[in-house]
Amino acid sequence: MAETPIAPDIAALSFEDALRELETIVRHLEGGQVRLDDAVDAYARGSQLKAHCERRLAEARAKIERITLSPDGQAQGVQPLDVA
Amino acid sequence: MTSPADDRGLFEAAAPSANAEHSHNAPARSVSELSAALKRTVEETYSHVRVRGEISQPKLAGSGHCYLRLKDDSAVIDAIIWRGSYSRLSVRPEEGLEVIAVGRLTTYPGRSSYQIVIESMELAGQGALLKMLEERRRRLAAEGLFAPERKRPLPFLPRTIGVITSPTGAVIRDILHRLNDRFPVHVLVWPVLVQGEGAAQQVARAVAGFNALPADGRGAVPRPDVLIVARGGGSLEDLMAFNEELVVRAVAASDIPVISAVGHETDTTLCDFAADLRAPTPTGAAEMVVPVRLDLLAQVHEGGQRLTGSLRRLIAERAMRLEGLARGLPPIERLLEEQVQRLDERSERLTRAGRGYLDRRLAEVRHLGAALRSPREQIAAKQAQLGQTAAALRSASDYLMRDQATRLGHLTTRLRPDGVLNGMARAERDLEGLGQRQHQAFERRLADLSQRLTAASERLQASSHEAVLRRGYALVRDEQGAVLSGQAAAVAAGAVRVQFHDGDVSAQVHGPLDDGSAPGPAEPPARRPAARKGKAGDGRQESLF
Repeated sequence: MAETPIAPDIAALSFEDALRELETIVRHLEGGQVRLDDAVDAYARGSQLKAHCERRLAEARAKIERITLSPDGQAQGVQPLDVA
Repeated sequence: MTSPADDRGLFEAAAPSANAEHSHNAPARSVSELSAALKRTVEETYSHVRVRGEISQPKLAGSGHCYLRLKDDSAVIDAIIWRGSYSRLSVRPEEGLEVIAVGRLTTYPGRSSYQIVIESMELAGQGALLKMLEERRRRLAAEGLFAPERKRPLPFLPRTIGVITSPTGAVIRDILHRLNDRFPVHVLVWPVLVQGEGAAQQVARAVAGFNALPADGRGAVPRPDVLIVARGGGSLEDLMAFNEELVVRAVAASDIPVISAVGHETDTTLCDFAADLRAPTPTGAAEMVVPVRLDLLAQVHEGGQRLTGSLRRLIAERAMRLEGLARGLPPIERLLEEQVQRLDERSERLTRAGRGYLDRRLAEVRHLGAALRSPREQIAAKQAQLGQTAAALRSASDYLMRDQATRLGHLTTRLRPDGVLNGMARAERDLEGLGQRQHQAFERRLADLSQRLTAASERLQASSHEAVLRRGYALVRDEQGAVLSGQAAAVAAGAVRVQFHDGDVSAQVHGPLDDGSAPGPAEPPARRPAARKGKAGDGRQESLF
């Protein structure tokens, strides 16, 4: 399923919404009262949601930056911050 | 500490000079000169003082300057805070507030007074500080800045976190470390002073600065999804920057959710009240702001497992139900056999029914056909019938002819002239007799009639007017011979003829006479016969006819 392109509406979902929808689909399927066609569709969507969530989690990477200020005190840019 | 001798010495040392001035009869100073000298002395000597006292009678003038007095148990000093300084004050002057004021002394020569110009002011003592904070908290709360409905939920998983704190020190390290443990994320640090002069301004500007970043991420710096305002623990005075109204208002006004992590758990600042969430420590803020990545991974993984498992179970269950139903389904051959059998039976019945039907119809046709005669047959039959009828008719007419002939024969034999001749002779005799009888009757009748004629003419003769005339009566007529039957007619006629039985005479009527008085010699007889003559005539005519 990983190579399946993720539908744009799913890609636009926040992680939280995607996870919540995945949970909903799983509960729905586990309820068992689903038409098989619908179940297959729901499964496909659930797989995409899962992939989306995994990708979002895999992206997690620390990036520490420090705001540089213009003379008038506004944010001007960033530079790496080393606090170690 | 100083010896009386020193005191005396000093006094004595000073005295001669004073005495000298007096003695020199120095020129008198003007009041202004003196006042100016005093002012100079005071201002030079007390150009920077810290004085502790209690605020009394603070008054904010329309000019923006604030006038007040500082006092303690036994002394009082006037004070003024110019408008520019007043706006920078961290403590709002308030009656009874014990403060340490920093400023310089000056005099006001016009009223022979001196006063302190206060440039900054801080609360004296923790009790006073807490009292002031409580008062401020109440005031800001009344404005609604701390209202629960203003609090916004934190994003579940922020992509960027803005941290407002000192870029050095344990606080930022703790936060970054804990973030990295839980969920590595993009952190933007806005460096600020967290203590001392200008700290509050910097913090407030940082909050506003993060909010000012473009939200769609087009700017050079991405806009954080959540802010952490953090500072390590410290004394109440150390944390004062986070109690400043400036900071509180900036945090309350932030569109980005704010976590306040100032000091230790026991420390509370007004910034905590204004923030959407208060973290007990900076590390606590890091725990609140992101979930644990591994937990999420596990959760997603579990979701995926359940997804696959549930679909598999779903399909397996359906397959099982399908299998069960399929078992319940009777074999197709059996269904077919029965149907085939029914079909065979029906088709056989169909064939039979068809044939029977045809047979029946054929029999009907034959029956009807048998009853049907050809025209020739019918004509022959009719001809035969006609022949019979004609023969019958012929014999009947022959019989009738013979019968009539027989009857004619009979009648012919009975027809003889004798009867007729007898009759004629008898009629001749009868006719002769009748002629005689007619002649005799005629004779008798003729005699009778002559007799009656004779008698009638005798009677006629007897009853005529001439007979009357014989008895003496006369008949009067006019010239033309018409009978005059009355007086008036006679008068009218004038000339009359009077008939007697033996001839006529002419006479002249002169006129009428009166009745009965003197009858004329001619008149009365004329009149009487006339009247009677009518009667006699009538009677004779009656009898005649």
